[in-house]
Amino acid sequence: MDELEAIKVTFFQECEELLADLEGGLLAMQDGNDDGDTVNAVFRAVHSIKGGAGAFGLEPLVRFAHVFETLLDALRSNEIPGTPDLTALLLRASDVLADHVSAARGLGVVDMDASAAMAAELKIATDPNAAPAPAAAAPAEEAPAPAPAYVDAAAPIVIGAPQSDIGDGLDDDDLGFDFQPMTITLDAQAADAAVLDGNVWTVSIRPKSDLYRKANETALLLRELSRLGPIQATLDDSAMPALEFLDPEAAYVTWSVRVETDQGEEAIREVFEFVDGDCDLEIVRGEAPVADVLATLLDVAAPAPEPVVEAAAPEMTFEAPVVEPVAEAPVEAPAPVVEAAAPAPAPVSAPAPAATPVAANAPAAAKPAQIDVPGPGQSVIRVDPERIDRLIDLVGELVINQAMLAQRVGEYGIAPSSNLAMGLDELEQLTREIQDSVMAIRAQPVKSVFQRMPRLVREVANMTGKQARLVMDGENTEVDKTVIERLADPITHMLRNAIDHGLESPEERKAAGKNPEGVVRLAALHRSGRIVIEVQDDGKGINRERVHSIAVKKGLISPDLTLTDEEIDNLIFLPGFSTADKISDVSGRGVGMDVVKRSVQALGGRISITSRPGLGSTFTLSLPLTLAVLDGMVVDVAGETLVIPLACIVESLRPKAEEIRPLGPVGSVLAVRDSFVPLIDVGLTLNYRDRSPPPTEGVVLLVEGEDGSRAALVADAIHGQRQVVIKSLEQNYQQVEGVAAATILGDGRVALILDVDAVINLRRRGPPPPSDPTLIAAE
Amino acid sequence: MTEPTITSSNETRELISFRVGEQEYCVDIMAVREIRGWSPATTLPQSPAYMRGVINLRGAVLPIMDLAARIGMPTTEPNVRSVFIVVQAGDRTVGLLVDAVSDILSITDDMCQPTPDIACENVRHFVRGIISIEGRMISEISLDRLLPEREALAA
Repeated sequence: MDELEAIKVTFFQECEELLADLEGGLLAMQDGNDDGDTVNAVFRAVHSIKGGAGAFGLEPLVRFAHVFETLLDALRSNEIPGTPDLTALLLRASDVLADHVSAARGLGVVDMDASAAMAAELKIATDPNAAPAPAAAAPAEEAPAPAPAYVDAAAPIVIGAPQSDIGDGLDDDDLGFDFQPMTITLDAQAADAAVLDGNVWTVSIRPKSDLYRKANETALLLRELSRLGPIQATLDDSAMPALEFLDPEAAYVTWSVRVETDQGEEAIREVFEFVDGDCDLEIVRGEAPVADVLATLLDVAAPAPEPVVEAAAPEMTFEAPVVEPVAEAPVEAPAPVVEAAAPAPAPVSAPAPAATPVAANAPAAAKPAQIDVPGPGQSVIRVDPERIDRLIDLVGELVINQAMLAQRVGEYGIAPSSNLAMGLDELEQLTREIQDSVMAIRAQPVKSVFQRMPRLVREVANMTGKQARLVMDGENTEVDKTVIERLADPITHMLRNAIDHGLESPEERKAAGKNPEGVVRLAALHRSGRIVIEVQDDGKGINRERVHSIAVKKGLISPDLTLTDEEIDNLIFLPGFSTADKISDVSGRGVGMDVVKRSVQALGGRISITSRPGLGSTFTLSLPLTLAVLDGMVVDVAGETLVIPLACIVESLRPKAEEIRPLGPVGSVLAVRDSFVPLIDVGLTLNYRDRSPPPTEGVVLLVEGEDGSRAALVADAIHGQRQVVIKSLEQNYQQVEGVAAATILGDGRVALILDVDAVINLRRRGPPPPSDPTLIAAE
Repeated sequence: MTEPTITSSNETRELISFRVGEQEYCVDIMAVREIRGWSPATTLPQSPAYMRGVINLRGAVLPIMDLAARIGMPTTEPNVRSVFIVVQAGDRTVGLLVDAVSDILSITDDMCQPTPDIACENVRHFVRGIISIEGRMISEISLDRLLPEREALAA
């Protein structure tokens, strides 16, 4: 059963993607971009989840998805109008659906009452338009058409898996589906379908190899067609080469199916929704001569102008395929394929991923020459992240090794123009390219985190009785996977905070002349080699007076401390600070922002807030793009070797005496063109030495901090620029103020990577009495 | 990974003993990863005096702690005979700078006495028991407590 488990894992991975598509589509609809494609995409997502769930017998999920799908189907066929209220309902339903998926995975439980209530709401939304879909008259198990009559999630409904849609695939315990040889009439469905000429369609299906590659299956398509009415299927294998020339992964055959149905062409096309683009499809009304259809498809002279049925020689009738139980189907080895066609480029995304894991069966008996060959791999590979991490570690060691080698060669005094030195240069370049490529493997858009946020915003807004709209920007900003994983928590916190504390209630907002619906903006961007996440609300801003008085009352700062506005704003990051008048469910337990700040700092990141009264606040979070490598300038300070991140350095210079001006008792500034920048002696700030040598003897590195403030760092000497592998100090020790991380240099010694912002801040505070926790915390 | 707790049984445990100044200390041998000769460490700024700095241990950044300074004695002046013992303390690996490694002891728990109640808080904090063997007194270090709590860091 391990194989089935593996398929299930794939199913849930796909569910994640489908849920994201679903939410994305709904949000697009909310923004008024609801063209037919969006609705269809949304429908397909739910449909695919339902299909896969059916295959695994996940009943509650199937039931809910079905109700959901029914409503969406009504919406996409314009039976009910799309309204903002409806979209909001759909969004909430998508949340419940996500809960069901999580529950099915064994993560959490579904609030069944809420689910039933939601199902009832969906049902009501589906119902008002009393005009039933054409299929409403049909027996209940005919799933594809909306049938409001049997939408009731509270009462268990039986969706016979084998009888429902394509996506349902095969049910665990009913694997050999009851497909009958061709000429049978499926009475139940066809009872009232008059066999009029107008109701006869001829469908020509010529699968491409992609269809099988995506683990779709012609037998299932035929079964679906048979739901519409009696079918007669004919196989044309004239294009099939002799066995020795047969490409096992190609598709060679064409089906011609005569369908009697009173449902229109649309209904027939719907059957092929999931294989759209993966097969040539022709639907002709009436008893089109098969050969004609084939001719148009195949571009070959068809031998038999006979109408349909057991016709000309090369064609053979369709027989019940031998279907193997799914559980024994080769895992992750898509359909063993017998048929083929000229190779068609695979579309990037498979239209019906959920159907894939289940339907991996060969249309066996149709051809004697069945060869079980696993289909080719997909264009996307899933790799265990640990393997990539290992690779990145190894490349890191390679970089260090290469640097050591270069240093040794340098020590031997080999001329830079020699072959050896040139070879080393090439090695360095290659190493770097390898490193970049490896890092690129792990880079991912922040979308995966962002897409969880709309739901959070909805829930928090509901809980707090506020109206909030989330606007997202820069979802495609890429950042290393290790960073992405750590983004979710701080973003969640910041968003909660923005809605709970930032936004006013709709009434207050109206009174203040604002739109009752608050806007929260979540944006990601790259800035000076870091990723910056901004959470901005248009709420009331920080009440500085209150923040200050609370901080004083709680003993977090001393009352006579004069703070700038910015400093007051940042008091909210103090441990134990909470401004909420009453403790709400959402935030306000006083564990919020200081925890966020700590976890962000642990990653070498920073968080700050700016606020304008009445206009709102902005949280800014910045993190390194990767936690693995860094371009740095290697400098000497008081006998220690330090690395300064290149991203922070604006320029380096040797200061002239007249450019250095004293300011106040101890400070001095450097005149850089027309501005004055504070001079900071790194050795002094880090307590490497007690007094700084004259800056004119050293080198000045003009750096820019996170907030755009500039400073002139004084070092003793510059050794040059190097790419270094970031090694964590916290792993075996802890964070050290002023130090971002460590690295290992070419000589095998550890060098510390300077945290430029921390150094600027350390200096701003002046040489602090080490036992003043207030100031340190208030940083 | 963590030290075995003291049990009342008579099972034999092995300890590595070493000299710090004139005193003898020991740690459980299961926590010891390796013993290395002294090599200069990179100083960590803004750090307590007992942190000698960090060194490169096969690609990992290993903090070196002056054990004498950590338990409140004068700092060790490393010389050629100084060694550091690489130990696993909780989820962290750390090097302990000591004057010299003495030997490996095999002890049973009945040889272990609780730490005498003396005034020095450091001793009570870092010593988990005293072992009396062949007339020597050897204090067993409580490794879990040697490294400062990560959370204790000021922002």
